[in-house]
Amino acid sequence: MLDQPLPSNQTERLADAEAIAARIPDGAFVALPPDYSLVAMEVVRALIRREAKDLRLLGVPVLGFCADLLIGAGCVREVETSAVSLGEAGLAPRFSAAVEQGRLRVVDATCPMVHSGLQAAEKGVPFMPLRGVIGSDLTRRRDDWKTLANPFEQNDALIVARAIQPDVALFHARWADSAGNVWIGRRRELATIAHAARACYVTFEALREGDMLEDELLAPGVLGAVYVSAVARAPRGAWPLGVIGEYGIDDAHILEYARRAKTAEGFARYLDEFVTRRAAQPA
Amino acid sequence: MAESYAREELLACTVARLIGDATQTAHVAVGAASPIPATAVELLRARQGGRPRLSLLHRRHGNPFSEGSRELFDLAGQGRIDVFFLGGAQIDGEANINLVEAEGRRFPGSFGSAFMYFAARRTILFREEHSARVLVPRVDFVSAPGWSPPGVWRRGGPQALLTGKALFAWQAERRRFRLESVHPGVTPEDLRANTGFDYDAPARVATTPEPTDAELALLRGPVAREIAPNYPAFAARLWRIAA
Repeated sequence: MLDQPLPSNQTERLADAEAIAARIPDGAFVALPPDYSLVAMEVVRALIRREAKDLRLLGVPVLGFCADLLIGAGCVREVETSAVSLGEAGLAPRFSAAVEQGRLRVVDATCPMVHSGLQAAEKGVPFMPLRGVIGSDLTRRRDDWKTLANPFEQNDALIVARAIQPDVALFHARWADSAGNVWIGRRRELATIAHAARACYVTFEALREGDMLEDELLAPGVLGAVYVSAVARAPRGAWPLGVIGEYGIDDAHILEYARRAKTAEGFARYLDEFVTRRAAQPA
Repeated sequence: MAESYAREELLACTVARLIGDATQTAHVAVGAASPIPATAVELLRARQGGRPRLSLLHRRHGNPFSEGSRELFDLAGQGRIDVFFLGGAQIDGEANINLVEAEGRRFPGSFGSAFMYFAARRTILFREEHSARVLVPRVDFVSAPGWSPPGVWRRGGPQALLTGKALFAWQAERRRFRLESVHPGVTPEDLRANTGFDYDAPARVATTPEPTDAELALLRGPVAREIAPNYPAFAARLWRIAA
């Protein structure tokens, strides 16, 4: 891995979330942010509608509602993540069921090892060291984690994460601009996955004219167009998750999902109501 | 005798004592789904003029980080986090924690535990359910080990284990817990029967102090108002306060 140079993009403008879902092939290794960090939910729903198969999800560093939905819909073969949870709404029911019934492989991680692996790919180096982790059973299931002697000190072992290069980084942004830049604010883990991934697809709330990198106040929250393969407009595209400053997470909806998704039948009815029938999303 | 109080309030006051005053603790980080530890820190902050610093990982507005979700771990690696909290689907007598799987059941996963347990100066283990199912002789999976052999870098480790029934102190040199106190209404015999691992205990077991009227007044006033926006369901249930 890491032998193929990554592209310097000319950002494409696609029609909608469905067009982005069509760019993400079955079997792709897709990096996703946690529920609190700008999830491209409309693309997730479009992936379910196009019956995507065998996806491998990378949680950066954890996953929640969006992963539970994809897993329950049968789109996912494997998840690499530090956790899958619905937060205050409890366990992720379709994730737990799929693992307990042997239908989903989990590559268990711990948050900073995910960040380290992505940071290695960001820098174009094969691995990145981290403190801690040695002695955790996690290491016994990871042949991409090794211990390495500190080359500067005696008797000091560190764990290293092999570089992680996702096929796709997928997330939602508050704005895109005419130059192909997107604004992610303080959610810098999104920049990290965009830097590390072969392709980066972003939905956005609203288009800004001009170039946000020309604005000193906006620029620190911008992900430059060089990293962005394609964008598409998706108003309220993170719903029922939130976009801080625009709309909050729909707690009542997540609780309702957690309740319904406890059974396969309840989950199927949820999909029918909120995913398969496109117009179901409230404006 | 204090007025009547909720179990969560007793636990928050106990956590606040474990964290200690501002001379001992400058910075506490609190993870997802941890309203009681967050309440404890807000109680200290209400008493100590806004100290210690609280980094609430999943704060919905104005969270303390601007470098993304890796910043907490970088802060901990730098040694800037004094106290952190961990729980477990299972916790054993050597303070190992399991957040992954037990008895055929899958749990969310290890989160940052395999790093934070090493890098934070002190970790308070916290799990409300106190049963032989949770407190086991040996965890089925070690998400993060309670101690590390010589030669393995480790800045910090467990300070104590607090449950819904009791408080244990961690004895690093013996790699064993020692019972500090049982909560009001719990007997030492009841505790032994509900704990799957062996632990040291004094001949006369103390009772965990109840919240004082002053503590309850702070909890139900300024603390509740700080907690409600980030833990709305918890605050609504405990204090009938809306975010």
